[in-house]
Amino acid sequence: MAEQHPVGFQWVVEAQRRGAKVIHVDPRFTRTSAVADLHIPLRSGTDIAYLGGIINYILTNHREFREYVVAYTNAATIVSEEYVDAEDNGGIFSGFDERSGTYEVSSWQYEDMEVASASGQHEMGAGLGEQHGAHGGSLEHGQPPSEDPTLEHPRCVFQLLKRHYERYTPEMVAEVCGVPQELFLEHAEALCANSGRERTGAMAYAVGWTQHSVGVQYIRTAAIIQLLLGNIGRPGGGILALRGHASIQGSTDIPTLYNLLPGYIPMPHAEHYEGLDDYIDKNAAPTGYWGNMDAYMVSLLKAYWGEKATAENDFCFDYLPRISGDHSAYASVMDMLDGKVKGYFLPGQNPAVGSANSRMHRFALASLDWLVVRDFSLTESAAFWYDGPEIESGELDTPGIGTEVFFLPAAAHVEKDGSFTNTQRLLQWHDAAVEPKGDCRSELWFYYHLGRIIREKLATSDDERDRPLLDLTWEYPVQGRQSEPDAEAVLAEINGWKADGSPLGSYTEMQADGSTTGGVWIYCGVYADGVNQARRRRPGDEQSWVAPEWGWAWPANRRIIYNRASADPDGQPWSERKRYVWWDAEQEQWTGEDVPDFKASMPPDYVPPDGSQAEDALSGTEPFIMQADGKGWLFVPNGLKDGPLPTHYEPHESPVTNPLYKQQANPARQLAPHRHNPSNPSGGGGENPYPYVLTTYRLTEHHTAGGMSRTVPHLAELQPEFFCEVSPELAAERGLEHGGWATLISSRTAIEARVLVTDRIAPLRVAGNTVHQIGVPYHWGFRGLVTGDSGNELLGVVMDPNVHISEYKTATCDIRPGRRPRGPALARFIADLPRADDAPTEGGDS
Amino acid sequence: MSAGFTAPSATSGYDDAQPRMGFFTDTSVCIGCKACEVACKEWNDIPATLFEFSGKSYDNTVGLGADVWRHVAFIEQRVPRIQEAALSGVFTEERPGEGGEGGLADFRWLMSSDVCKHCTTASCLDVCPTGALFKTEFATVVVQEDICNGCGYCIPACPYGVIDQRKDDGRAWKCTLCYDRLKGDLEPACAKACPTDSINFGPLEAMERMAAERLDTVMAAHVPGAQLYGDGPSGGMDGVGSLFLLLDQPEVYGLPPDPVAVTKHVGQLWRAAAVAGAALVGAAVASFAGVRR
Repeated sequence: MAEQHPVGFQWVVEAQRRGAKVIHVDPRFTRTSAVADLHIPLRSGTDIAYLGGIINYILTNHREFREYVVAYTNAATIVSEEYVDAEDNGGIFSGFDERSGTYEVSSWQYEDMEVASASGQHEMGAGLGEQHGAHGGSLEHGQPPSEDPTLEHPRCVFQLLKRHYERYTPEMVAEVCGVPQELFLEHAEALCANSGRERTGAMAYAVGWTQHSVGVQYIRTAAIIQLLLGNIGRPGGGILALRGHASIQGSTDIPTLYNLLPGYIPMPHAEHYEGLDDYIDKNAAPTGYWGNMDAYMVSLLKAYWGEKATAENDFCFDYLPRISGDHSAYASVMDMLDGKVKGYFLPGQNPAVGSANSRMHRFALASLDWLVVRDFSLTESAAFWYDGPEIESGELDTPGIGTEVFFLPAAAHVEKDGSFTNTQRLLQWHDAAVEPKGDCRSELWFYYHLGRIIREKLATSDDERDRPLLDLTWEYPVQGRQSEPDAEAVLAEINGWKADGSPLGSYTEMQADGSTTGGVWIYCGVYADGVNQARRRRPGDEQSWVAPEWGWAWPANRRIIYNRASADPDGQPWSERKRYVWWDAEQEQWTGEDVPDFKASMPPDYVPPDGSQAEDALSGTEPFIMQADGKGWLFVPNGLKDGPLPTHYEPHESPVTNPLYKQQANPARQLAPHRHNPSNPSGGGGENPYPYVLTTYRLTEHHTAGGMSRTVPHLAELQPEFFCEVSPELAAERGLEHGGWATLISSRTAIEARVLVTDRIAPLRVAGNTVHQIGVPYHWGFRGLVTGDSGNELLGVVMDPNVHISEYKTATCDIRPGRRPRGPALARFIADLPRADDAPTEGGDS
Repeated sequence: MSAGFTAPSATSGYDDAQPRMGFFTDTSVCIGCKACEVACKEWNDIPATLFEFSGKSYDNTVGLGADVWRHVAFIEQRVPRIQEAALSGVFTEERPGEGGEGGLADFRWLMSSDVCKHCTTASCLDVCPTGALFKTEFATVVVQEDICNGCGYCIPACPYGVIDQRKDDGRAWKCTLCYDRLKGDLEPACAKACPTDSINFGPLEAMERMAAERLDTVMAAHVPGAQLYGDGPSGGMDGVGSLFLLLDQPEVYGLPPDPVAVTKHVGQLWRAAAVAGAALVGAAVASFAGVRR
């Protein structure tokens, strides 16, 4: 966190000053480790074994926050008799289809109950599960599932959890992760000791947890720990996702993702819906806040198509684009290679450096008809066609590349108005300080005027297919010499309006009858009373410690979500020290430091009457309002593509044979077979031609693919050359010289780096063998003030099946002293590299 | 410490005396982000010049100089630390992660942002023949770039190796303690940019108190090697305007343990020279007298 979020890390230092203990788990000793109270190195890619060990520690030692667990999680829920755990089946859960490499989830259900998808309509099992939302499972008319509050039933979630993690002992953690038992136990005990009624503990992670073939399950494991310890919905608790950019949270809320509409509403599939009602019916949950999905969806359609959207025409539902499969970034790149994708927009993205297997990406870009790059400088992705390594090696030649590249200079954040949404869901407005220079323009400017020009060109068209564009509400006031659209006008549209044209105050005011509009239901309220709430800057010392008048947090300016869990089932604070929101019996309403997560007038003993819908169907003791059963899910009956409980699999590429299961890697991981994307053989220890664990990361001094830092002299000089970090032991083993050159090799390519021999990356003892890890930052490319190879060149594309994020954080490689082959010799060298014997089939094991 | 130390130099001759301003750099919370280096260069328009991998941990700007006015040192420390080894005479090469219980906790990565010390007796200023270097009303030491003629006398005079000549222009450059910002009632760029309050800025008296308090806290937490660094009024520089909390001996960070201003003993030297000269004259007179005899 100190490496990637130095500014945010000031609050960790502040917490330390107030007595907090900071524990850092990372394969490398980083800047964070340097100031942490304890650093625990582990083998990259083994976090589920590690965190599963903590779950085991909690359960074995009865350290769970029992009342919280019974009341607020699905620990007591009884699971179907058909369910077979991975423990009893060599590492694979029931419902796995070997041929397709996917799970069919009916056996994971609650007993006697079909729990519909937890995230909108996934088409599980067909390999087409591309829709995504955040809905709770659907409970038939609010009927609660079978439960055993004593947690003794052999098929209740609590007992299943116990059995699943029984073998994840401190000994096993040492064996798999290479973490000495005493270090692991110190961490586990510290977590337990800092949880419960009086205390809370938080977990923070960055992309180190997400960029794995089991990334979502990493976060799930952390969620299980925090639910068991009662650390969700309470001050000082939670799981904090430290995002990779300033507003990545914002770009999932108002998504740049192909399978989501704004506010986590699933993008409709081309073939699955008869119309709007059918779509709502299949995606809304009868209980919880997703029960009002019709209101959110209709308000969105009204924001898009205004008066043209009417009840008679399904509010223009048929105008929405449709998806027909996996159109995620990597799937699109594979489709480019196959000639199926003709054009590509890269606004501020530099895949020729920043994406796994960047070499393959350059081949993909060379297969396009056209490419639009909007960035601050001519990045590697804009210049691959005349300046790339494949030109040097002769594998591509400029006249032979048909891609027409349009480069459009972009404005920086100080040159435009707008908001950042941080990991706390906090929107903070920023005002333009200066106008962008020359031809540089904001994204808002670009997309508004692009739309305006296209609409002008189509104005006379009577073709039916142009109606969605022509009927759009596209009237935004522009200002200044550059005709910059008014960003606050867009914010007002995102917030939405009532029928009388006044701004909505909250998403609870949204209607399904077309009388309200609202571009992003979760952001509704950000422009309440016609005021840009995100622009508020009341200093902390002028308000309560929660600081509700600094910026604005979605939803409803709520600073901690699921805050019902901060009070006990009777509505009273778990402890005075940790009080947050509570039931005031005299006033007959919820009160406290934050906006309650539910109707303020709902008493803790509220029991929904039969036939209740949406949020009214959740009882007064169900904090997880987005879940249909109102519970925190320790066990996920539906919504995940790779198992209901996190399970340790080795990374797709690992020098270690899975010590826990016969199954080596995540059986449901998503592969991208292609001649440019071969795999290294996995397992096998010393016989492996790629015997070292490789992990990639960023440095404080650079930003991602370097477009914003390698071009800036004062940043470029701070880390001027690509380097790899190796231990003195590995340096001795391979004859690497500190400060000299090394060549790193995977089945994809060979790259060269300066050698930094350091004690900060120590060899680990894993399953009786020494495992060496090699660290490489990925910021360099062939352009900019400082250049070099990128660590991402070494990586293959292999993805988490839920979110299609590639396994950047762990792979294997070999390392040799000296520089790599150049020019055509590099192409010949790559052709001769050892690859996994037979290209792994989808879902199969290599 | 005496009031004379924290007050502006009595010899500076300012009528409207300001309190002496200075830094307290608390290296125990430095995360090595280098925001200070960048903010300093941006504000003071210092060129980037070094584009080479140094191999010195994460430090590629290497040290203070004409183009580096704030510099973050990175020191990777394997146990036992230097002074412990020196004391015990035993140097056991324990690896992080292999030391068993507590072994890892003893590996340290020290980070420290170094800067000009703005000495009370500033030898750079004392030796400057053109008057380019002067003491400001905040008792900080600043080079006037339009007066410096590049003679370079100041460079060997600084016992900390702070001031240096810029190769392409010949003049001497160093930290101004953001004199222009201080004039505008703003804190220096490095302190402003520091996210963890490792760099603190204010009246030197307050900095001294803060440093002492912080040392107590760090000592209570049993951080090995914690100590304050910064010449006091009775030291070789007669006091400095940049105080540090270090986690090891100054030498570990490349700082001189006992700096003395080269000009501090000039008077004494002249007196000694005068005595020697007088003695020589006396001897010569005596010898001539002898000849006559």
